[in-house]
Amino acid sequence: MNIHEYQAKQLLTQYGVAVPDGDVCKTPDEAFAAAQKLVAAGHKMLVVKSQIHAGGRGKGTFKSGFKGGVKLCKTAAEAKDLATAMLGNVLVTKQTGPDGRLVSTLLVAAAPNIKKELYLAVLLDRGNSRPLIMASTEGGVDIEEVAEKTPEKIFKEHIDPAVGMMPYQARKIAAALRLRGDAFNAGVKLLPGVYKTWWECDASMVEINPLCIIATPDGKETVVAVDAKISLDDNALFRHKDIMAMRDLAEEAPLEIEASKFQLNYIKLDGSIACLVNGAGLAMSTMDIIQHYGGNPANFLDVGGGASKEQVTAAFKIILSDPNVKGILVNIFGGIMDCNVIATGIVAAVKETGLKLPLVVRLEGNNVAAGKKTLAESGLTLITGDSMADAAQKMVKAVAK
Amino acid sequence: MAILVTPQTKLLVQGITGEFGARHAKLSLDYGTQLVAGVTPGKGGQCFEHGGAKVPIFDTVADAVKQTGATASAVFVPPPFAADAILEGVDAGLDLVVAITEGIPVNDMVKVKRAMEGNSRTRLIGPNCPGIVTPGTGKDSHGGCRIGIAPGYIHKQGNIGVVSRSGTLTYEAVWQLTSRGVGQSTCIGIGGDPVNGTSHLDIIKLFNADPETTGIIMIGEIGGSAEEEAAEWIAKHGKKPVAGFIAGATAPPGRRMGHAGAIISGGKGTAAAKIAAFKAAGIGVAATPSEMADTLLKLM
Repeated sequence: MNIHEYQAKQLLTQYGVAVPDGDVCKTPDEAFAAAQKLVAAGHKMLVVKSQIHAGGRGKGTFKSGFKGGVKLCKTAAEAKDLATAMLGNVLVTKQTGPDGRLVSTLLVAAAPNIKKELYLAVLLDRGNSRPLIMASTEGGVDIEEVAEKTPEKIFKEHIDPAVGMMPYQARKIAAALRLRGDAFNAGVKLLPGVYKTWWECDASMVEINPLCIIATPDGKETVVAVDAKISLDDNALFRHKDIMAMRDLAEEAPLEIEASKFQLNYIKLDGSIACLVNGAGLAMSTMDIIQHYGGNPANFLDVGGGASKEQVTAAFKIILSDPNVKGILVNIFGGIMDCNVIATGIVAAVKETGLKLPLVVRLEGNNVAAGKKTLAESGLTLITGDSMADAAQKMVKAVAK
Repeated sequence: MAILVTPQTKLLVQGITGEFGARHAKLSLDYGTQLVAGVTPGKGGQCFEHGGAKVPIFDTVADAVKQTGATASAVFVPPPFAADAILEGVDAGLDLVVAITEGIPVNDMVKVKRAMEGNSRTRLIGPNCPGIVTPGTGKDSHGGCRIGIAPGYIHKQGNIGVVSRSGTLTYEAVWQLTSRGVGQSTCIGIGGDPVNGTSHLDIIKLFNADPETTGIIMIGEIGGSAEEEAAEWIAKHGKKPVAGFIAGATAPPGRRMGHAGAIISGGKGTAAAKIAAFKAAGIGVAATPSEMADTLLKLM
């Protein structure tokens, strides 16, 4: 699960990580009030930031023509004008795709006097199953590009999960970020908080880009998390009710939300051949074999270990609500499940949904002969495939007609 | 011979009275597996009965091991308690713990791996995996050792080792082999999570050293770099023909494809990179999942 920047900052703040002052706003009036509060606190420069689950906001363009999903300003009146231009409008960035995302929430925050932008992230190193801190003096830019062009500028430090981030490690990372004096001390204080946020919230990734060295009004230097992105381990959400409440359904594809209600794992793609498969590995490779034979998969859909009539019916309905779909390929390896039960479910689902599109079914496994007989005697005009290759080729051919 | 388990292996099931655990405990008994004990805290002293078999239930794994001599465990415990169940098996000195449970928090597995560091006695397979089958010599491979949720009857006793992250894709490969009259030494699903106990490489090393295994099918998927590491090792030390397949060539980056570990992030873990590593190591790459068995048989 992903959360918004303002929510990520709320979590980081709980673990003592410094972020710029600011408030969440849903209306221009709220933005005005938030900005007024910041101005009164002595902040000379403010920033109004669109809250969507996609990067590239600053360089994005609203469908209204207004440019920039992140804008600087100095007064409460300006903040209100910016909020009016952003709220209720759709922001298109390089990560949102052409449909863009509706902006319904803003973060109005102090824009500090930035001396240097750094990069900091915590993630899992799958190679050794340990938490990994990635830090770089090259912040505020695409870190993947830094990793590719100047890998020596990325500093890595593994954390032993038995003891957590030790103070010496925080000092090592702060030094690698070339923090000095007050900023060094601030960094050493901030870093364990970032790690703790990752570990205790069961995050899969905490990314602070940029982490900034800023000048404080009294002329000193410190470090703050100017932007923050957190994604969470879905498997661990059961023990974080507070974080679960941060889920923003408006940011998720409606069909994927619908699918999750039926324990279906559905991801929409842009092809024309829908697939319905049991098991994640088989579902991925069904997509692959469709493409191998010249077709394009319309989705990933894993119905899990079983494939009940209710699930298959729900899956068909979800698949059919995608207007690009021209045919459906069902690929089930019923290892333990009775193939005849699955076949009966498929027949019932086809009848209930009034399916008109070509349907290719490949069944294999337990009691498969009875399953194939049920399909053959159903009176439905479905095509059966003997193997994955056979089914995929028949499907591609049927769609090409 | 086979790797990790033989038809003589004594198995216990953790979570034997849960719906999922009970169902598969019965199927293992039907398959002829030596299921000698169940563990469900609070139900010690009861029996798990199926088809005339009476399997004693214990409160702790340590008790079950002491009383029955079980050396392997299948963990069917729900996700919030699974990490604890795995470490209980490790503490009891089992040779093998196979965690079937899907949906264990990643950080729980990070802790488990850390706690198991330096422990050379217990091997963990999984989590989120179909388990292990060493086929038997009876009808439909009856009499083998079935730990987990794989359908037993699709197997056939023989000499091909199969290792995969996914369940149904493993069954697909096994069924292709069996349909062609080719049997398997041992088939192992190592699981689809980002942190797992045993890697592709660990299993490849075991197959490579097993005199009864004459060929290997290795099935991988997008995400991580375990397949590349296995391929690199095979290039240097592999003694047997290996056929491979990678699932997820059409998966979009940044999306988790069902398995928590199946995700391309930061341009890493792509199918193209893994296929290239396979080819560079002399592994026969199946162009489609329908050709996994044939690709291997051509090499043999």
